[in-house]
Amino acid sequence: MNTESKRRRKSLARPWLLVLALLVVGVAYSAVIPQTSSADTEMTQQIAEGKALFDVSCSSCHGLNGEGQTTGPSLIGVGAASVDFQMGTGRMPAARAEAQIPVREVQYSQEQIDAVAAYVATFGPGPAVPEASQYEPEGLSEEEIARGGALFRANCSACHGIVGGGGAMPEGKQAPSLADTENVHIYEAIRTGPQQMPMFSKDVLEDEDVRQIIGYLNEASEQPQYGGLGMGNNGPVSEGLWIFLLGIGGLSLVAFWIAKNGARAR
Amino acid sequence: MAKPTTVADEGRDVLNGRPAVHDKKHPLAGSAAAVDERLGVGKITKFGLRKVFPDHWSFLLGEIALYTFIVCLLTGIFLTIWFKPSMAEVEYDGSYQLMKGLMVSEAFASTLDISFDVRGGLLLRQIHHWSALLFVASVTVHMLRVFFTGAFRKPREANWLIGVGLLTFALLAGFSGYSLPDDLLSGTGLRFADGLIRSIPIVGTWVEFFVFGGEYPGGLIISRLYMVHILLIPGLLLALISAHLALVVYHKHTQYPGPGRTENNVVGYPLFPVYMAKAGGFFFIVFGTMVLFGGLFQINPVWLYGPYDPAKVTAGSQPDWYMGWLEGAVRIWPNWEWHIGSTTWSWAIFLPGVGLMGILFTALGLWPFIEAWITGDKREHHILDRPRNAPTRTALGVAGMTWYGFFWIGGANDIIATRFQLSLNDITVFLRIAVILGPIIAFFVTRRICLSLQRADRERALHGSETGEIVRTPEGNYYEDHVPVPAGELHALTQHIQYPVLVADDGTGPTGVAGTPKVSRFRERLSRWYLGRDIRKPTREELEDAHHHEAQHAIGTGSPEEDVKVPEHSGRH
Repeated sequence: MNTESKRRRKSLARPWLLVLALLVVGVAYSAVIPQTSSADTEMTQQIAEGKALFDVSCSSCHGLNGEGQTTGPSLIGVGAASVDFQMGTGRMPAARAEAQIPVREVQYSQEQIDAVAAYVATFGPGPAVPEASQYEPEGLSEEEIARGGALFRANCSACHGIVGGGGAMPEGKQAPSLADTENVHIYEAIRTGPQQMPMFSKDVLEDEDVRQIIGYLNEASEQPQYGGLGMGNNGPVSEGLWIFLLGIGGLSLVAFWIAKNGARAR
Repeated sequence: MAKPTTVADEGRDVLNGRPAVHDKKHPLAGSAAAVDERLGVGKITKFGLRKVFPDHWSFLLGEIALYTFIVCLLTGIFLTIWFKPSMAEVEYDGSYQLMKGLMVSEAFASTLDISFDVRGGLLLRQIHHWSALLFVASVTVHMLRVFFTGAFRKPREANWLIGVGLLTFALLAGFSGYSLPDDLLSGTGLRFADGLIRSIPIVGTWVEFFVFGGEYPGGLIISRLYMVHILLIPGLLLALISAHLALVVYHKHTQYPGPGRTENNVVGYPLFPVYMAKAGGFFFIVFGTMVLFGGLFQINPVWLYGPYDPAKVTAGSQPDWYMGWLEGAVRIWPNWEWHIGSTTWSWAIFLPGVGLMGILFTALGLWPFIEAWITGDKREHHILDRPRNAPTRTALGVAGMTWYGFFWIGGANDIIATRFQLSLNDITVFLRIAVILGPIIAFFVTRRICLSLQRADRERALHGSETGEIVRTPEGNYYEDHVPVPAGELHALTQHIQYPVLVADDGTGPTGVAGTPKVSRFRERLSRWYLGRDIRKPTREELEDAHHHEAQHAIGTGSPEEDVKVPEHSGRH
């Protein structure tokens, strides 16, 4: 053994020692730091997925960080409920800028929508997607449903019309019909105030009130059409149309027939 | 009345060879005689039953109005049995579950009870409302018929005025009626009426307090409207309808021009049995149609609208159709308002709401007198005008309908916006222009059409109708053969009176003494505008000349010179 080879071995040992030290520290660290749960990993994954979808489909109008641009409003603080409403009814992503973004076919699966909602929720605190117990009207008494009707007439029908059939707003906008709207979307719209709609906070309408309103709308749409055909359900406008078309028109034809057929000479 | 039966009995007796029993009286003869001796009905009945009416479908429009009024009376009696005209608040406890436990007025609760808890109540309510809509509609259409055919002319001006009164009360009957259920929609209509009242300068607020017994809505208006709806207006309507019909009998019915029809006769069938059958049958058809409407088509679903609350207004609130044009006028009117000191003068409601109604009813009331003044026509008229022969009147009527129609569209602007995906603002801008330009365009187009029809009538009278046969003359000319129109049609085409344009005078009498002019320059100009464009109807000489001409073609004895003219002649038509 010469000193040369000893010296060479020593110089090799130093890096090895470093590697060993790093390994020891690394193992020790992993033992000491708190464990990440599997749920958190999923959440992170969901947010990441949401961000990917957001970057592709939303950011061109709303900005890369949801900060808003001239083409689309800021999404900071709108909350997951807003995303669930806008995407869940097919309003978003919008095809083009117009007076009011219309309801279209839903473009994404509920999982994808949840992902984007989770991501947008990270921008700032806002209304969360509600639990079923907050909006499903099961178990309401008749009186409570009737009270929901009174609440609807007081708060909603000024724009959405009688029993939520829809109504016109200035500049080509309109309050849409609520006939085919999901319960959860009604709840979310009330809480987030999409587009022209004002927002109703929990101080104004409690969850219980919203449930009663939803219960009333469901009940009203399940009611039979008392009194016969609705003929367009446009109130006195359709009634006036039909009384002229069928009433005056039809009876004029009868009158024509009566006058045409004179008495036969005997 | 029973005479035909008696005759038939006697006839059978004769056939059977049995001696006719002449002293056997009809079982009702004794009582009929008794009634006649005391009340003198025989003379009236004889007169009434032999009354002759002319046949035309448009004469039945007024009958629709009469019959729907009767349907309204009958169904209305049923509704009064259950309706409670009170604004006292009660807790609703009927069968309609979506109102359960809500505090509503007694009027609203009883309307729900009629709809859901009274047997046949909803049907009767719906028949009543549909009939009311048809009542006002048929009154309006009947009035248009009278206007366009000139049936309002002397001697019927008074009856036209009664008709204007009937239209007014029909509107009030409808409005007071649909306000009664005290639902959210009718309450909104009442609020609208309240706004109209308030907009009247200076006195508005006082009138409002008088009508509502204090500040709107108060607690009185439903019971007051109830009195108006079931007592005051039906009473006035009944009285006016009686006067209206009595005058029709007194003046005799007008008739369209035709062979044998003159200003001194009425060609048609007697009331009994022909019109008894026709009118009676038509009554049941109208009644039946209304029952079908009431049974098949939902109207005024107050249970959906909910109870009235002045704090609530729903989108899509419209009045019944006959108030729609005023609603539309208010919707599209520019926001004209004065603020003087601490006062507000709201012209944006007063002008379209109160002003337009005033203009329409004043124009309707004055029209017969204005027209007579313009034409200088003082004759009696029992033969109706064909609308083309009064082109300016017809054009004015169509212009008026266009004007009304655009305001009407305005009343449904929100429905149009949502159904046709249009902007409310665009509709408003369009209608503001259309209510001014539309009637002007309609006036000129209609008058042009009327004059063209007059020209066509003249052509047809002079040259007859085309046979579709092309005749070749020995010289090789071709022309289409015409046959003269039948005498009856020729009469209808040429019977109308064409009034000369009035000529202004300076009032100088035949003796050269100056006085006030009978016809002013202004009246002459108006008369020229009104009458000056008529296409001259053919004179007797022209007609005879033309027929002579045609006759020569028909028998083929035209002289060579005349035959030369044929191509030109046929080329003219």
